[in-house]
Amino acid sequence: MKNNASHIELGRRYRFAASHRLHTAQLSEAENYRVFGKCNNPYGHGHNYVLEVSLSGKIDPATGMIANLADLDAFVERHVLAEFDHHSLNEDVAAFREKVPTTENLCIEIFRRLQNFPHAKLERVRIQETGNNSFEYAGNTEENHS
Amino acid sequence: MVLLTRKIEFSASHRYHNPNFSAEENRRVFGKCNNPHGHGHNYTLEVTVAGEPDPVTGMVLDLKELKEILEREVMQRMDHRHLNYEVPELAGQIPTCENIAQVIWNLLEPKITQARLHRVRLYESPDLFADCYRNGASGARN
Repeated sequence: MKNNASHIELGRRYRFAASHRLHTAQLSEAENYRVFGKCNNPYGHGHNYVLEVSLSGKIDPATGMIANLADLDAFVERHVLAEFDHHSLNEDVAAFREKVPTTENLCIEIFRRLQNFPHAKLERVRIQETGNNSFEYAGNTEENHS
Repeated sequence: MVLLTRKIEFSASHRYHNPNFSAEENRRVFGKCNNPHGHGHNYTLEVTVAGEPDPVTGMVLDLKELKEILEREVMQRMDHRHLNYEVPELAGQIPTCENIAQVIWNLLEPKITQARLHRVRLYESPDLFADCYRNGASGARN
């Protein structure tokens, strides 16, 4: 089999619903509103997020798989969905006590939580905040190389 | 460089089963995908090619030719077929999304000559897909 002529990745999508408010203590109220607009409204709002996780690795010839989906699903459930789904990102996720829960920061936080998945290499996470906005993070390659 | 993507859909059945595993092992590893009489999916295939637009035609490649290659290499082989029994390129392999994507990459790569095959993405369902790139490349770095 000439199966080493290509690089293969497995992609899996998950969904979670969460609320957030874009606000930073480092800016005045007026500046917060100027920068974040309606996303700064005091009581927050929510989104149906779509999280796309991409993994790479060797296909195990016995199973035909890079990683068993049951293992990946359980890992994502434990490390992300259980804490994020139907929660407030600002109030319920420690990382966003200080950091603004933009979807950029959400990508970085979820990448950090998933990068130790033991059965394959995490290539990237992509998050759709709405059908019109999506964000991707593939780790900090400069950091990885230093 | 410009990327161009063509999408096709096909329907096929399959079953995950490794004859070297015991019945219990097959069930444990493959779950309901091991059910004895198989099951099926509507697969969506996205084929992305890369190239520079031709200065005369403005095209990276002739879409009609790509469409014909996909019809010949993929649709005729896999559409309304049982992937375990009717696709010789998959013989001896578990017909997972990863393996099917790789077989499709190997079928298309030598046939696409006007441009360079960049990515094969095969969706088994809207929430599960496999991406195949040229070895050494990766979606994250391209």
